[in-house]
Parts: sequence; structure tokens; C-alpha cells
Amino acid sequence: MSETPGISPLSADDQGPLRVVLAKLGFDGHDRGLKVVARTLRDAGMEVIYLGLRQTTDSIVAACEQEDADVIGLSMHNAGHLTLAPRMVQAVEEAGLGVPVVIGGIVPAEDVTVLIEAGVAAVLGPGASTEEVVAAVRAAVAHQSPAR
Amino acid sequence: MVETMSGIPLDPTYGDGLQPGEYPYTRGLYPTGYRSKLWTMRMFAGFGTATDTNARFHALLRAGGTGLSTAFDMPTLMGRDSDHEWSVGEVGRAGVAVDTLADMEDLFAGIKLDKVTTSMTINGPAAILMAMYVAVAEQGGVHRADLGGTIQNDILKEYQAQKEYIFPPRPSVRLVTDLIRFTTAEMPRWHPVSISGYHIREAGSTAAQELAFTLANGFAYVEAAIAAGLNVDDFAPRLSFFFNAHSDFFEEIGKFRAARRIWATWMKDRYGATNAKSLMCRFHTQTAGVSLTAQQPENNIARVALQALSAVMGGTQSLHTDSFDEALALPTEKAARIALRTQQIVAHETGTASVVDPLGGSHFVEWMTDEMERQANEIFDHIDQIGRGSMLEGVYAGIDDGYFVGEIADAAYRFEREVNAGRRIIVGVNEFTENDDDEANLLSIGHATEEMQIKRLDQIRGDRNDDAVRASLTALVEAAGQPDINLMPSIIDAVQTYATEGEIVAALESVFGTYVETAMV
Ligand code: B12
Repeated sequence: MSETPGISPLSADDQGPLRVVLAKLGFDGHDRGLKVVARTLRDAGMEVIYLGLRQTTDSIVAACEQEDADVIGLSMHNAGHLTLAPRMVQAVEEAGLGVPVVIGGIVPAEDVTVLIEAGVAAVLGPGASTEEVVAAVRAAVAHQSPAR
Repeated sequence: MVETMSGIPLDPTYGDGLQPGEYPYTRGLYPTGYRSKLWTMRMFAGFGTATDTNARFHALLRAGGTGLSTAFDMPTLMGRDSDHEWSVGEVGRAGVAVDTLADMEDLFAGIKLDKVTTSMTINGPAAILMAMYVAVAEQGGVHRADLGGTIQNDILKEYQAQKEYIFPPRPSVRLVTDLIRFTTAEMPRWHPVSISGYHIREAGSTAAQELAFTLANGFAYVEAAIAAGLNVDDFAPRLSFFFNAHSDFFEEIGKFRAARRIWATWMKDRYGATNAKSLMCRFHTQTAGVSLTAQQPENNIARVALQALSAVMGGTQSLHTDSFDEALALPTEKAARIALRTQQIVAHETGTASVVDPLGGSHFVEWMTDEMERQANEIFDHIDQIGRGSMLEGVYAGIDDGYFVGEIADAAYRFEREVNAGRRIIVGVNEFTENDDDEANLLSIGHATEEMQIKRLDQIRGDRNDDAVRASLTALVEAAGQPDINLMPSIIDAVQTYATEGEIVAALESVFGTYVETAMV
């Protein structure tokens, strides 16, 4: 865990490690980045539930409920983010989960604002460092439910 | 006569001992290298509807091109129709959308298919797209035997790296060998499989893993085709490879040289090939997209130039150079043009095409070539062992037990940690950074394509003879249930009824099943 100095995996009130569901939606098969992120978060002490490829908003919502997840992380590389990311946010809302959605991958700068307005908690891109990845996930959870 | 810029005459090759064109071809396949034939500059194109891409093809041909290279969109690559629920947002985006033979007719309209060569980058549904290509040609009066080109059709690396699989490995390999048998018998100018390390490397492998996994997949196809009743020298001359040119210059050159040597020795010693062409590892190369950065994107032009140079020093037969906006979006036309110009500069200004294997004999490069081979051999030993003496079974076993994806993910994470710890410098990312990256001009593809494509699909479904479609699909399902029957003729029959790609895939899935990857980190 030498890469993440100063970032505690545990929340202040000690409810155990953050639980992160990671997935890719639809046909997009670019999983290198998501696997790197999975190991990064795990090494930072989080509990990673890696769903992998070909997930749907339904399967992700179901996994969140079952695993009592704190945050959803998706990676999107095939330019479907403007359609898929808002759908994910909506599905989470409809299920009443109150879980933030963090996104990484290929998202052009002008689309980042659109996604944030649509309710995505954070968007990271190529070259994001370990510290940035861990910090974005923690900040998303802290912002969503300050207690955690 | 070839001479340097300053007028010094040059021989085609230098050094004693093994010469280019001599077995095991470490120094190159041909004695005069690029002097007799420059590498092919094949740039990948495809977007929107078939009509959009057809216009691009005509422009390329008018500009003097003789080879077409087709990129398909995600739904087509995954064997689903444009109106499948998962296709939303993906139609015509990363490549051209093809649902039925009608799209293929539009894609190649006005192009003399016996006068061009066509490369099609598709794997899971390769047999279906091949069938459509044959059907379009024959409608236009061109006999299948006169068609030249390549279809990627390399399904094994899909499970390992690119993840565009549809069916489980074994029935998928049957489709690959059916296509090999079909082209061997009826399409002598066609390359039925392009065994690809590019995707393995981009997914995160090391150079040696790229080399070894790719050649192992090649051996697996050779074993599968022999098991399907073919003689090795009948099909091996039509096999070709596709490698990555990454940033570590000498390591890459060692890899290319080792690839030729290993392929030649294995084909001769283990598979008993005797035709010299069966022993030759011919390859296409693409520069490493994953090495290109979103930060200070113009720096990527320099990276691509150096990677292209390594591919040429390594003796590639053809080359695609990536565009500097790679990490941002699909390339704009300007960025793609700069990428093409980069190879033209390497070809015509640097003199590297004058002499074959210019680095052969360098202590370091010879050592690196041996080292690549040594590391690859260790991997072959493992695969051979888990396959109990069969490389084909070994590759299946490595897919089943997560060996390939695990090794690749480990290497990718190791690399990421090195960059993060500053042990490896990426200019503009973890050193020499600036905060004021201005946004480049990016290509974006709108939604209109999707609506048009779905409308067209509806129209074709309405116009065709449904009984004929159903009958052809029933026949296909029946044939699929009998492992010894070559499926190509039934697939050609089905596409001719305007059965959709998704319908044909569904028919095959009803017999073969659907592959689901075990998610693991
Ligand atoms: C590697 C790669 C591939 C590999 C994928 C291997 C694999 N299993 O992952 C291969 C060669 C197989 C491939 C194929 C294709 N690719 Co590709 N590929 C890339 C490439 C070069 C690098 C992506 C990558 O892995 N980077 C390394 C990782 C570590 O970085 P990352 O994914 O960005 O992740 C970092 C951050 O984004 C962030 N992050 C990512 N996810 C998440 C999630 C969370 C929760 C968080 C917090 C952070 C986070 O943290 C990570 C660490 O820094 C990109 C271009 C580029 N340079 O980025 C094109 C690119 C994504 N590919 C592209 C295309 C078009 C394709 C194909 C469709 C080509 C075709 N027509 O055949 C196919 C489709 C494959 C598929 N099944 O979907 C396009 C997409 C275009 C677009 N969006 O507009 C790109 C942008 C290239 C281009 N400019 O044309 N590709």
C-alpha cells in the first residue's frame, strides 16, 4: 500500500472498508483499466466486488443491493458514456440506493460537465494516478453520505 | 543502385553467416527486403453506415490505394443487430454497421473486388462476414477464387485479450477451421486468419508474453486444422500474424526477429511443414495505442515515429501507425494523415528501407532476440504441459483456468505501479507535465446513424422472404450439430436470404451456447 500514503481505507466511524462494485456495461470489452483500478482500490484497503464485462444497469443494481455497496465504479471506452452513464445514475435512483457512480475511461472534456450534471460523482481519464483514483472514490462516498 | 544521402553505395545486406531469406528467417523473410517491396501502409477505416464508409473507400482508391481495411462497429463485432438492446449508442460509432447482406452490398458498391484486396477486422462472427463478402462478389460476377484479402478470424486471443467472443472456445475454433478449410479449397488468394498479438499486448502483457501467447495460438490453429483433415503445407502458407510495436525499441526488434525464428523452427520440426512458405512468419504491425497519452497529445507523433521505426527494423510486411489523438477519441482525418505521413517519412527519408535487418549482428540485438526466444520457450513449456503435449489443448486449458488473463492483468498492474512510483517515466504524464493542455479538435459521431441503420434493418426484414430465411436458419442449426460438416456453405445460403447477422448468431448459439467469462481480477 506504499502507493497511497495518507489515505485511510476505513471511514471515520469505522464501519469497515468501503465496498466498491466495479463493472463494464454492454459490449465494451476494454477491461485493462478497470482491472488496474480494482487492484489499486483493493491495495488501498477497499472491498472490491468485480463484476467484469457485459453487465446491465439491472445486474449492477442487483449486485449493489446484495453486496451492500457504497459506490459504483464503471469504465467506459467506446463512446457510449452519454447514453449509458445517465441511465446508470437513474437506475440507482429508481432503486433508491443512494450510491454514487464514478466513471473512468475515454470521456472527452466537454462531456465531463454533461455527466456531472447528470449526477455522476466523478469522471477520471487516461493517466489518472493511484492517488487520484483512490481519492475520487473516497470523495464520492464522503460527499454522498457524510457519515461514511 | 541504392545509395545513402551522401552517395555511398549500399548492398542489400551486410554481415557473414545467416542471411536474410535463409531459414530460420531471423534476419528477414526475403533476401532484398524492402528494396523489392516496401511494406504495405494499411490504415484502418470504417464509420457510420455502409454508404458512409463506401464513400471513404472510393476516396482511398482514387488516391491510389489498392487495399481496403474495414473496421466494424461494436454490435457487428459482437454478432448482434443494430436494434439489439445493447447496441444503443454503439451503432456506427467505432466502425461501420453491418446487419445484413444489403449493408455489405452498399459497403462495396462500385468496387471491383477482384482488383482490390480487402482486410476485415472481425473475429467472433468472422464466418458470417466472410460469407457476405463472397455473396456480394458473386452477385457482381466475381468468382470467389479471385478474391484476395485477409479476415482476422483469430478467436483465441478474444478470450485472452479483446473480449469479443460469442460462443465457447471449442465451437468457435471449429468455425475458424471451417473457414480455413473453405478458403484452402475455394479461395486460394485469401488469408483466413491473422494471428494477433496486438490485442494481447494492449491488454497489458509483456513483449515476451505477446510473442509466446500469439505463436502458441498459431500452433493451436495449426493443430486444429490438421485435426480437421488438412495437410499442413496446404494452409500454413496463408497464415499471417499481427504484432504490436511498443516503445522499448530494442526489445521490440528482438521480439520481431525471434517471432520469425520460432515460427520457422516449430513449423518445420514439430509440425513437419516442408514448403518454405509454411515456415515464414509474415506479419502486420500496429504501433502501441496504449502508449499514447491524453496529456500533451502532440508528443504522441514522436512516439509513433519511433515505434514505426522499430517495426521496420524488425522487418514488418505491413504497418498501421496510430494517430496522435488516440487517447482522446477516434482519429480525425488530419491526425490520421499525419500518422500515414509518419510512415512515409520512415520509408522514404530515413534510409532504413535500403538494407535488410540493419541491426542484425549487433551484440545487444542478437542477445535480445535470444532472450525473447528463451522467455517464449518457458511459456510454451507451460502451455504444452497443461495441454498434455497439445498446444491446442494447452491454449484451451489456459483460457479455462484464467492463465492468460491472469498473466496479462499481472503485467498490466506491474507496469501501472512502476509508473505510479516514478520508476518509469511517461513524458507529460508523470514527468515534464504541464497543466494547460488545450483540447484538441475531436471527431464525434452523432445519433443519426443509429436511427438510419435501424430503419434500414426494419425495411430489409419487411422485404425479404421469411420462409426462405427460416429454412436457411434451420438448415444451419442442423449442420452445426454435426461437427464434421463445414458450416461455410450453410452460412452463405443464410446470408443470401438476408438473414441478419444477429439471427445467424442466435441460430449458432442455440447449438454452441454462449461464452460467459469468469470475472476475475
Ligand atoms: C488498450 C486498448 C484496446 C485493447 C483493449 C484490451 C483490454 N482488454 O482492455 C484492444 C486492442 C483489444 C482494443 C480494442 C478496441 N478498441 Co481500443 N483502446 C485501447 C487504448 C489504446 C488504451 C486503453 C487502456 O487500456 N489504457 C490503459 C488503462 C490503464 O487506462 P484507462 O483504461 O484509461 O484507465 C485509467 C483511467 O481512465 C481511470 N479509470 C478507468 N476506469 C475507471 C473506473 C473507475 C471507477 C475509476 C475511479 C477510474 C477509472 O483509471 C485508470 C488508471 O489510470 C485506447 C486509447 C487510449 N490510449 O486510451 C483505445 C480506445 C479506447 N479503443 C478504441 C476502439 C475504437 C476499439 C475497437 C472498437 C476497435 C475496433 N473497431 O476493432 C476495439 C473494441 C474492443 C472491445 N471489445 O470493446 C477507441 C474508442 C473510441 C472512442 N471512445 O471514441 C480508443 C479511444 C482508441 C481510438 N482513439 O480510436 N483497444
